[in-house]
Amino acid sequence: MIRMENVHKAFGDNHVLRGVNLEIPTGTSMVIIGGSGTGKSVALKCILGLINPDSGKIYVDGQDAATGDRDAFLAKFGMLFQGGALFDSLTVWQNVAFRLLRGSLKRPVDEARAIAIEKLRRVGLKPDVADRYPAELSGGMQKRVGLARAIAAEPEIIFFDEPTTGLDPIMAGVINELIREIVTEMGATAMTITHDMSSVRAIADNVAMLHGGKIRWTGPVSRMDDSGDPYLDQFIHGRAEGPIESVR
Amino acid sequence: MSPIAWLAGLGRSVLTLLAVFGRVTLFALDALSHIFRPPFYPREFAAALLHIGWLSLPVVGLTTIFTGGALALQIYAGGARFNAEAVVPQIVAIGMVRELGPVMVGLMIAARVTSSIAAEIATMKVTEQIDALVTLSTHPMKYLTAPRILAALITVPALVAVGDIIGIAGGYAVATQNLGFNPAAYLKNTADFLEPLDIVSSLVKGAAFGMIAAIMGCYFGMHSGRGAQGVGRATKSSVEAAAVLILAANFVLTGVFFSL
Repeated sequence: MIRMENVHKAFGDNHVLRGVNLEIPTGTSMVIIGGSGTGKSVALKCILGLINPDSGKIYVDGQDAATGDRDAFLAKFGMLFQGGALFDSLTVWQNVAFRLLRGSLKRPVDEARAIAIEKLRRVGLKPDVADRYPAELSGGMQKRVGLARAIAAEPEIIFFDEPTTGLDPIMAGVINELIREIVTEMGATAMTITHDMSSVRAIADNVAMLHGGKIRWTGPVSRMDDSGDPYLDQFIHGRAEGPIESVR
Repeated sequence: MSPIAWLAGLGRSVLTLLAVFGRVTLFALDALSHIFRPPFYPREFAAALLHIGWLSLPVVGLTTIFTGGALALQIYAGGARFNAEAVVPQIVAIGMVRELGPVMVGLMIAARVTSSIAAEIATMKVTEQIDALVTLSTHPMKYLTAPRILAALITVPALVAVGDIIGIAGGYAVATQNLGFNPAAYLKNTADFLEPLDIVSSLVKGAAFGMIAAIMGCYFGMHSGRGAQGVGRATKSSVEAAAVLILAANFVLTGVFFSL
């Protein structure tokens, strides 16, 4: 389980998180929605320790995320970045097997390559992609490679940062389905941040809406449409009028 | 502007400069400490050796051969004013080994290596590749900075040695082909005049300049701003800082070796 307790984070005068409280039960898929600049990515990066919160506590499986063995903590996680964040200087299979080629999870090169090719197959890519470089791939293929890298070491927790941004609707649908299938078959805990409502409906068990630096609403995806919360209603229906200010 | 406002502005600038100096020093100490602490990344180290050392040879060779040739012409022309043309071999040797070799190589490394390290790391930062490294349980300082700094520390003295030799060869070629010097006498005068301290100072300068060049590239890359403008600014600042620090370090090291 991931638990955020009263997490605050400011960048200068910009108070991005103003007391976030959130629980993600083990084995469930939580999708965090909210407008641009509401701190979704910051919340995710706080959990991973990429950004240190100003105050508040974050627990992962009961362990304080700010203390303990950092390598063991990070070994629990896989992450798909918004732009893929693939390493340009490495081939596709070396990207996917990055964790398996070094550090505590190191395997022999042949075994790491075989696992990488299997993970590429799992995300719908053929083995001939393995020896290409990321720059030679389309955006959708790069997302798949990023997804393969995120699951290569069989993590307990997987984070997805805007997994469908920049993709056409068909490819976005394919990625959403893949994420749902993989999370279900691995039994992993998943946290996704997105503005894409089709992603929310495809991926989420539970939904949380971040607004004004706090969790505005949280609940099962099945209750999202009749939540009665005017902020959530405006967001999921994409209305310009409502309590959330829109700039025209 | 009132004197108080001017003084306040000056104070702010000094404080900012001191803060930057402190940040760079802490970064350098942290980066150097990672050279000695596992895990080590031999593949990245080998790639850095190739990129910083081997692939810099052409630019180092071309820079120093022309510098050595020009130096021989200048010394000959200047020496002719007081009948001292014969000192060309000695002054070319001492000039290249003590000063021009290390400084020219250092500045070329700042232009070629510092810029590329800063641009590469800054691009990795803005495209979240550095965050990705962290989530893959890999410390960016160990994976990105330590191999580059160690490679620069090892290869730049070697490049300086090569640059010194090529520079002296440039002077030799000009002196023997254009200025009428006897080839055997030129080489003997060069070898007789150089002292071990000249060579040691050259190599120590090379190591210092290599370290400065790599640390500046890594520091500005790691602290890059967002977007293409951030990458451009980081690259520009890294080369400026490396060039100025190399020249300042050259002055200090020359003082340490030859004035104390």
